[in-house]
Amino acid sequence: MILYFLTLVLFVMGVYCLIAKKNIIKKIIGLTITDYAINLFIILIGYRAKGIAPIMFKNMTMRELAEYGVDPLPQALVLTSIVIGLGVLSLMTAICLRLYEKYKTFDMSEINRLKG
Amino acid sequence: MVETFLFILLIFMIVGSVIAIETKNLLSSVISCGIVGAAVSIAFLMLGAPDIAITQVVVEILILVILIRATIVIDNTAVEAHWDTFAIVSSLIFFGLFLVFAFLAVQDLPPFGHPSMRVSQQYLETGLQKTGAANIVASVVLDFRGYDTLGEATVIFTSILGAFVILRRKGRKHRTEEDTEKVGILSEAEIREDYEEFRE
Amino acid sequence: MATKPNLASSDSPKGMTPIVKTVVRFAIGIVFMFGWYIIIYGHLTPGGGFAGGTILACGYVLLTLAFGKELALTKMSDMAASIIDNTCALLFVLMAIVGIAFGYFFLNFPPHGKPFDLVSAGVIPLYNILIGLKVTSSLFAIFLALSIFGRFISKLVEEAEEEE
Repeated sequence: MILYFLTLVLFVMGVYCLIAKKNIIKKIIGLTITDYAINLFIILIGYRAKGIAPIMFKNMTMRELAEYGVDPLPQALVLTSIVIGLGVLSLMTAICLRLYEKYKTFDMSEINRLKG
Repeated sequence: MVETFLFILLIFMIVGSVIAIETKNLLSSVISCGIVGAAVSIAFLMLGAPDIAITQVVVEILILVILIRATIVIDNTAVEAHWDTFAIVSSLIFFGLFLVFAFLAVQDLPPFGHPSMRVSQQYLETGLQKTGAANIVASVVLDFRGYDTLGEATVIFTSILGAFVILRRKGRKHRTEEDTEKVGILSEAEIREDYEEFRE
Repeated sequence: MATKPNLASSDSPKGMTPIVKTVVRFAIGIVFMFGWYIIIYGHLTPGGGFAGGTILACGYVLLTLAFGKELALTKMSDMAASIIDNTCALLFVLMAIVGIAFGYFFLNFPPHGKPFDLVSAGVIPLYNILIGLKVTSSLFAIFLALSIFGRFISKLVEEAEEEE
């Protein structure tokens, strides 16, 4: 239980960084930390005590895998989620570069004040 | 044993993210974010997910390289003139409430180490026989849940396409002047003129 | 008459110092082999298309950082990256539709073979290869676009500061 709670604390810290900091790169870093926390939470839910990875080797019986294997379904979800996070980050960095070209700063409060 | 190790890793991650959030030098905060990612990858390995650990390490390296190569070389400081008091106070109050309710809600989840695997038990027992793949995660991603993989390929395709559209410059260096005038695309000289006008 | 510079030599001005170039010359083959191993054996050992594709993209990024972007563009030009990306996405959807002829969408139609063989599990290794190539070309192309654009902005900023 305490592990789930600490993961949610990490998530909250990522969202705090997204809201309360004014530099755009800091906001991107906050979103990345939020991403890590959510992926970790999903994998934590799928863990089985004394579990092995859900991969079959030779000379392994099906009973061992069915009794000790961890949950493969959250792993399938997180596998796609990690690579999607990378794609979204590249889109955000493209927007930041365009903003820097136009306003010469990464500071959000300056960008709010200047008129196009 | 696994629980204590994960507990230590989570404390390490929280300390790392505090450093990433508060430091004024952008390069230090990007490196701290990378350390948090590496700790997450070790946690994935402890939890029996080697596929995910490989993917997390490599993706986190690419995140670091993209952030440093594209943005830090331009501008490296994050000094704020004054705090945004309203945002900080309201977010702290909200997150305090959120954590209280999260603590109560987490008690209702199945205890750590005993997941309720209703569908996944079928995948584990019949995966090798129905698909022929020894890696059950690969068979779930590409055979039992192939439609989700199609959606994910679409999302990556769209985001990369969007990034290209945003970064497209209007002129190209190796086109000649006549070509650009015919088609109506600005040449680099004209982009510079626009830029000078904007700067004044 | 100046001869064309050998892009991969240790003396050319682009890229990093000769120590880095020598080490990368040894290591880059191992990185690409490892990436292809993770993709092709994705149905037997941990890995799969996404992990292997990202490893290959990191190999191309290593080439760009160590030798400069001209050499990396001769290995995979932006036109080639665009063609590979779109073709693999199209082939992925087409192979899923072919499954309809045998039953339902995304059916695993090739024969399954013996377990633990390299050629087994039907369509899963083919999907892994297609996704690996798609992810590689996408991530390398976006890295090139971002770094070229970043250089363009710093060039403009430097010229503006020189004028002041």
